[in-house]
Amino acid sequence: MNLIKEIDFGTPASKSEKMVTLTIDGREVTVPEGTSIMRASMEAGIEVPKLCATDMVDAFGSCRLCLVEIQGRAGLPASCTTPVAPGLVVSTQTPRLKDVRRGVMELYISDHPLDCLTCAANGDCELQDMAGAVGLRDVRYGYDGENHVKARNDGALNIKWQPKDESNPYFTFDPAKCIVCSRCVRACEEVQGTFALTIEGRGFDSRVSAGMHEDFVSSECVSCGACVQACPTATLQEKSVIEIGQPEHSVVTTCAYCGVGCSFKAEMRGEELVRMVPWKDGQANRGHSCVKGRFAYGYSNHKDRILNPMVREKITDPWREVTWEEAFAHVANEFRRIQYQYGRDSVGGITSSRCTNEETYLVQKLIRAGFGNNNVDTCARVCHSPTGYGLGQTFGTSAGTQNFDSVEETDVVIVIGANPTDGHPVFGSRLKKRLRQGAKLIVIDPRRIDLVKGPHIEASYHLPLKPGTNVAMLTALAHVIVTEGLFDERFIRERCDWSEFEDWAAFVSEEAHSPEAIEALTGVSAELVRGAARLFATGGNGSIYYGLGVTEHSQGSTAVMAIANLAMATGNIGRPGVGVNPLRGQNNVQGSCDMGSFPHELPGYRHISDDATRDIFEKLWGVKLNEEPGLRIPNMLDAAVEGTFKGIYIQGEDILQSDPDTKHVSAGLAAMECVVVQDLFLNETANYAHVFLPGSTFLEKDGTFTNAERRINRVRRVMTPRNGYADWEVTQKLAQAMGLSWNYTHPSEIMDEIAATTPSFALVSYDYLEKMGSVQWPCNEKNPQGSPIMHVNGFVRGKGKFIRTEYVATDEKTGPRFPLLLTTGRILSQYNVGAQTRRTDNVVWHDEDRLEIHPHDAENRGIREGDWVRLASRAGETTLRALITDRVSPGVVYTTFHHPDTQANVITTDFSDWATNCPEYKVTAVQVSPSNGPSEWQIEYGEQARQSRRIAGKLEAAE
Amino acid sequence: MNLHVSGDVGTRTTAIIGALKGLEGPLLPILHEIQAEFGYVPQESLPVIARELNLSRAEVHGVVTFYHDFRERPAGRHVLKLCRAEACQSMGADAIAERVKALLGIDFHQTTLDGAVTLEPVYCLGLCSCAPSAMLDGEVHGRLDAAAAAELVAEARR
Repeated sequence: MNLIKEIDFGTPASKSEKMVTLTIDGREVTVPEGTSIMRASMEAGIEVPKLCATDMVDAFGSCRLCLVEIQGRAGLPASCTTPVAPGLVVSTQTPRLKDVRRGVMELYISDHPLDCLTCAANGDCELQDMAGAVGLRDVRYGYDGENHVKARNDGALNIKWQPKDESNPYFTFDPAKCIVCSRCVRACEEVQGTFALTIEGRGFDSRVSAGMHEDFVSSECVSCGACVQACPTATLQEKSVIEIGQPEHSVVTTCAYCGVGCSFKAEMRGEELVRMVPWKDGQANRGHSCVKGRFAYGYSNHKDRILNPMVREKITDPWREVTWEEAFAHVANEFRRIQYQYGRDSVGGITSSRCTNEETYLVQKLIRAGFGNNNVDTCARVCHSPTGYGLGQTFGTSAGTQNFDSVEETDVVIVIGANPTDGHPVFGSRLKKRLRQGAKLIVIDPRRIDLVKGPHIEASYHLPLKPGTNVAMLTALAHVIVTEGLFDERFIRERCDWSEFEDWAAFVSEEAHSPEAIEALTGVSAELVRGAARLFATGGNGSIYYGLGVTEHSQGSTAVMAIANLAMATGNIGRPGVGVNPLRGQNNVQGSCDMGSFPHELPGYRHISDDATRDIFEKLWGVKLNEEPGLRIPNMLDAAVEGTFKGIYIQGEDILQSDPDTKHVSAGLAAMECVVVQDLFLNETANYAHVFLPGSTFLEKDGTFTNAERRINRVRRVMTPRNGYADWEVTQKLAQAMGLSWNYTHPSEIMDEIAATTPSFALVSYDYLEKMGSVQWPCNEKNPQGSPIMHVNGFVRGKGKFIRTEYVATDEKTGPRFPLLLTTGRILSQYNVGAQTRRTDNVVWHDEDRLEIHPHDAENRGIREGDWVRLASRAGETTLRALITDRVSPGVVYTTFHHPDTQANVITTDFSDWATNCPEYKVTAVQVSPSNGPSEWQIEYGEQARQSRRIAGKLEAAE
Repeated sequence: MNLHVSGDVGTRTTAIIGALKGLEGPLLPILHEIQAEFGYVPQESLPVIARELNLSRAEVHGVVTFYHDFRERPAGRHVLKLCRAEACQSMGADAIAERVKALLGIDFHQTTLDGAVTLEPVYCLGLCSCAPSAMLDGEVHGRLDAAAAAELVAEARR
């Protein structure tokens, strides 16, 4: 094992297909036109000295170290800013160049501290490397002149010196070590797109400044880490490196937060994680990261993490630590007892979208083969189940159609019900980059998300519709496209069923679906809707990106179909730059769905009632499978309340916090006799558990995650599981305790079984992933390289299917008692229910959930900024503090649900998607009123949670 | 020129931005107009400019600090700039600078206690043929000697 050092080519790759040949240091080099001489040299293995160049950002030409001589050209051009040309004869090392470079380095070093031995970047410092490369032996200027290095010059305060900024929890900024190469500024602008950094002043006074000479944490900085990665010195340095030292080996793995699935190098010292650095070859993230993936891994060592299995008789008892063997035996006995007493269908389980494909596969296998029923469901139920259904119906596959690279070729983007810069930050950055290149943006969202307007980006249209009117809006867009003749007839005739299109076209053309007719419903002016529709239909490659703001509605599946209709009608399917792109919330929500986590589907989305499919698994597993679909999560809870469902195995999901109508969830759990929770922490669901099986983190196991673009990425173990077992081992041992003869010795064997049984994974194996880096399913005989873009030569289902999308208003309506609509979302620094991110320093950015309310609605109610307010719906009430903002329209309020003491889902109702039961999180009629503090429920709940987290023989955790 | 800051900086900034936003490359004209309006570029106006022009605060800050002519705080009633560039130095600008400093009792970048004069260096007024040169409230003066400098100071003091 060694430390992976990626080659830095100095400037980005050129995409030109025209090749140019030139000679560098006597070697012939052929590269694409537009390549810099610096990059061409590096491709030939010739390293030109450089400081201000790095291949994540465009050339800048400021450090004057990369100068070269070109035969027949005057002067010494910078190799980073000089493009190749046919026949050039370039020398990178001549006596003249050596002199110049040494002189430049002397100037740099004359204003740089000489504390290399004690510097945190020692061993990872490009300035140090370059001093070596140019043979710097002496600095003629001395160190006594004006400088930024010393706090005092001869006893007097040095006004040019600035103290280290340690405000960011994860990295420091030490201006004394800065060489003002601008790499950080350019990374913030070009890679991240936040523009939080600048160079202030000029000449010798030039300094890197965050915001308006602010400290990092109060500036616009979003802590993505791109600047730290770009910095060639210790000026921007991870605190973990300062604390631990340089890593000695690294392993490429996949982030376990959102569905973007960024590849990282986990840089290690032994078993200690030093830092996570985004991997440039990662095909989802292309070397970029966000604050969560790059920095928020500290939860794995948090004191709240439970490392020993625990059991208790009643949920009011304190926990009792037991051995793994006892725990497995206990669960096996309990489940067998319950099944004997209440019937085979009285138990079930929930797979986790946070765990690996292999682990998910095992849990559903345990339920189908071990429990003998199909009572398996997954948290995708509450997020993207409508995506699976809607895209399955229209296109024939339950997944997004593109890879993330596709965004680089898009011309018009619709973002609906998603907030990429917070929820999927790395994709958000890639989208913003494309927008800065000129692509147009249409945002359909009740709230003014950051993409609507920000540094160097502005949406052409923002349609701030009322929550719950997506289907009406999407159908109105289709109305304009069809009635104004903007649809792509050739595409539709070729790829779709023309008579179904005609039927659909007649439907959307009805006057009732015109933008004018729905104006009162959506609250968006018809003119805007027409403009947006025209732009999308005529603006070139059109792509649609959507999130939970589309799916988590009573008409979630209808809205997904409406999106598919729009894409088909405008011919935007089957090539780069277009497509329908669900932004998956969790790292492996795509994978958990692929792995047969739904009660009606075996792996690969094959219905449980299909004899041929069942036959494959029955033969392999040696059991008879039940052909009837099992219970979904809400049905399990209903059945529990009715007394027919008594035991559940929940791997890595906190349904009490994440599922709708908290009181119903808690009643269901409380009615069960054996609730088994497998997690890192005593989560909220564990308050109702009888058995707790400690989980392992993504750093502690091997496996694969499948991201939102269907990309199967390897997860690699970098440390021993602190709890003793990886999650797949726990499930296997549980299965063995229940009498199943499983004997997997490594997750690769589980993947082999998946590949053997599931056609879309046929060629996938760990060896193949090792070779390819990653692949996008389907990966089989027909698509051996995987499938970056789907439906290229026709839809998977044959002909694309247009489906009528009648708007049916939700039953959740505002009225005199509940006049406002609540919708929910996420914030950048926190992840989902926050179990992980709340246990990291990310809390400096978001330490509580706030209720966003329009100034008008706030004033009516006498609510001031920061006041405690009571938020009540028909389902329940909670309290939190108000944030007054015009990001939300009058009549709409918004909050996040990252903190358990807010319990936003006490408020949400149990209405759900007609097709998939996906809960309607995004629309709840509420009333907001001033309040004195936490509600009775919150106090009661807090007390109960405290009681139920007691562990016998241990002091109560002071939380 | 040296208006006392009153009223709402945000409102006046927004009005200036509104009038100039349509220009190609509107940031510098806006900053000039803001300096004309307030006598300096108030820090509070930077986020407003950033928001209106779809820039970040950092970018606007970077531009403002790059140009020495944009002031962070109001200057004295008069601004006297002495050229310190090579041609003027070779014609005795250093001695004149010392003389002016002594007469005003301040150093460069300072303002007299009565708020009358702010003294600033400038690097080339383009008057090399008439060196040493200076600029008082936007008006240039060449071929300075000790007496002319004293006269300039007296004028500025008035």
